[in-house]
Amino acid sequence: MKSKKDKLDDLAAASAGRSLSGEAFRRMARSPVAITGAVITGLFVLLAIFAPLIAPKDPYERSMQGSVQLGKGIIPGPMPGYPLGVDDFGRDLLSRLLVGAQQTLVVGVMATLIGLAAGILIGGTAGAVGGWVDTVLMRFVDVLLSVPSLLLAISVAALAAKPNQWTVIIAVSIVTVPVFARLLRGAMLAQRSSDHVLAATSLGVKRRTIVLRHMLPNALGPVIVQATLTLATSIIEAASLSFLGLGDPDPSRAEWGLMLGNASSKFLDIRPELAYYPAIAIIIVALGFTLLGESMREALDPKNRR
Amino acid sequence: MALLEVRDLKVVFQRRGERPFAAVDGVSFDVEPGQTVGLVGESGCGKSVTSLAIMGLLPRRGNKVTGSVSFEGTNLIGLSDKEMRDRRGRDLGMVFQDPLSSLNPVIPIGLQITEVLERHRGMPRKQAKVEAEELLGKVGIPDPNRRLSEYPHQLSGGMRQRALIAIALACRPRLLIADEPTTALDVTIQAQILALLAELVRDTETALVMITHDLGVVAGLCDEVNVLYGGRIVERAERHELFAEPRHPYTHGLLASIPRLDSARGEKLLPIKGSVADNIPWDGGCAFAPRCPNALDVCRSSSPDLEGDERLLRCHNPVTPAVAAGEGTR
Repeated sequence: MKSKKDKLDDLAAASAGRSLSGEAFRRMARSPVAITGAVITGLFVLLAIFAPLIAPKDPYERSMQGSVQLGKGIIPGPMPGYPLGVDDFGRDLLSRLLVGAQQTLVVGVMATLIGLAAGILIGGTAGAVGGWVDTVLMRFVDVLLSVPSLLLAISVAALAAKPNQWTVIIAVSIVTVPVFARLLRGAMLAQRSSDHVLAATSLGVKRRTIVLRHMLPNALGPVIVQATLTLATSIIEAASLSFLGLGDPDPSRAEWGLMLGNASSKFLDIRPELAYYPAIAIIIVALGFTLLGESMREALDPKNRR
Repeated sequence: MALLEVRDLKVVFQRRGERPFAAVDGVSFDVEPGQTVGLVGESGCGKSVTSLAIMGLLPRRGNKVTGSVSFEGTNLIGLSDKEMRDRRGRDLGMVFQDPLSSLNPVIPIGLQITEVLERHRGMPRKQAKVEAEELLGKVGIPDPNRRLSEYPHQLSGGMRQRALIAIALACRPRLLIADEPTTALDVTIQAQILALLAELVRDTETALVMITHDLGVVAGLCDEVNVLYGGRIVERAERHELFAEPRHPYTHGLLASIPRLDSARGEKLLPIKGSVADNIPWDGGCAFAPRCPNALDVCRSSSPDLEGDERLLRCHNPVTPAVAAGEGTR
């Protein structure tokens, strides 16, 4: 049995060390938008990770090829064992969608992480060093930013001699770099003239420590939020590249953009569902990440602190 | 030789395409160990720029600092960035005006203290933590062990300022510059913080430069007071003398503009008319002349010098002691 004093001490300990991000998390837990976004992204991530286990059929096995008669315009719809029907090669659509989720997650996360790393490096250096380094780096970023993002991604992807999954990831990540870099640079500049950095300087704290401990963590908030939002656009852009045939050249690959591209160009009149399902999947996932990112941004905004 | 000797300190801000502007225009003063020296004046008189120049914290570009700031015989102006960094926090400490924004919001208070201890006194993390707890206790923060892991926004305003003082004093600097340390606090907390500073100065023989616009702070804490106007010292006196007998019309005006407990009922407060001019017109006349009730023709044609032995005064037509003693002279 705990004494009353012990309980009070526990309470005090619980309220101590409560960080800004902890408070933001509590605010998010109360917001329906955040919960919706978190549920969608959570489900998506779970499905993607366990796709090979959940998928009822082998997504590459043409098990129902015999029932597909393209000449007569027949692609079988839902039937026992194939809840969403099959595609033009008789492969189970549900299994392909599930495995496609994994593809989408990998491409989206990798592209965002690579873009984030490069953006933090460029923006952080520019904001911390300033001077001509800042000017040179930011003009480079401006050039990247001046090209429309999809066009830039298409150009980068088209440059690849042998297109594959990684060329898509690189192409999409390059597009995200300028946004991260600019965002971080701006936040670093604001930090540089902030009172607490001046105070740290007045204590003789080393420049490296000031940049890494006092400026960067304070400047990183908006960048992390942007990363969540970027996940959504990366997924859409990766799908767009595959849709346009700039992704993996193997047409049998279970990839949402590729599936959408194939179905919409060839079988929209026979079985439009083949295009609808991957399109809806892309929209829902992008929506989930956007909702989550937006509510994170709101929760971390100091103006909303209660 | 005094601990800190500021001689003819001048800070000129120069922006491209604009006329250079002297925010501090030849300021000289000394501070002895254990002594508290006040720099007093209204916004824009150059008191904060003076403190930043002493600490070497002015932005690297856009300004020119001349004169000398000698600390224990070493001229701080012209020291390399690295040498200056080694001294800041160890020899010279500073407490700023706004305690919330002067603390890093994303790291706990404890780390902000141990960081300085590790940097300047080479303490291992564990020992620094013990020392940090002791420091927080010394500046009057209750339950210091728990506070070590708390973040700035969890502390009250007064506690934050105490924490900042603890950080500034962590390496026992011999000179502490306090730039309006009580302005952001409410009156009861102000009194506590001032008492804390007075106690620390007395106990540790730290020299304190107190920068403020609040004459109440000066009255309670400072041994010697420098009144600044337009980037120059216009009057310097020992505290009691200054309050009893303000000689410069500006000082007199400052004192007449604050309410007093012993003033007669219904007596009006006398504001100083106008505000500090943006560009300081010390050449070719006294900068205060346009606002001065005592201004003569000579005040607008020639700039007065700082004169006197113990008490210094920069004025052609000072307030006479007899008149200053009587109220309602204007």
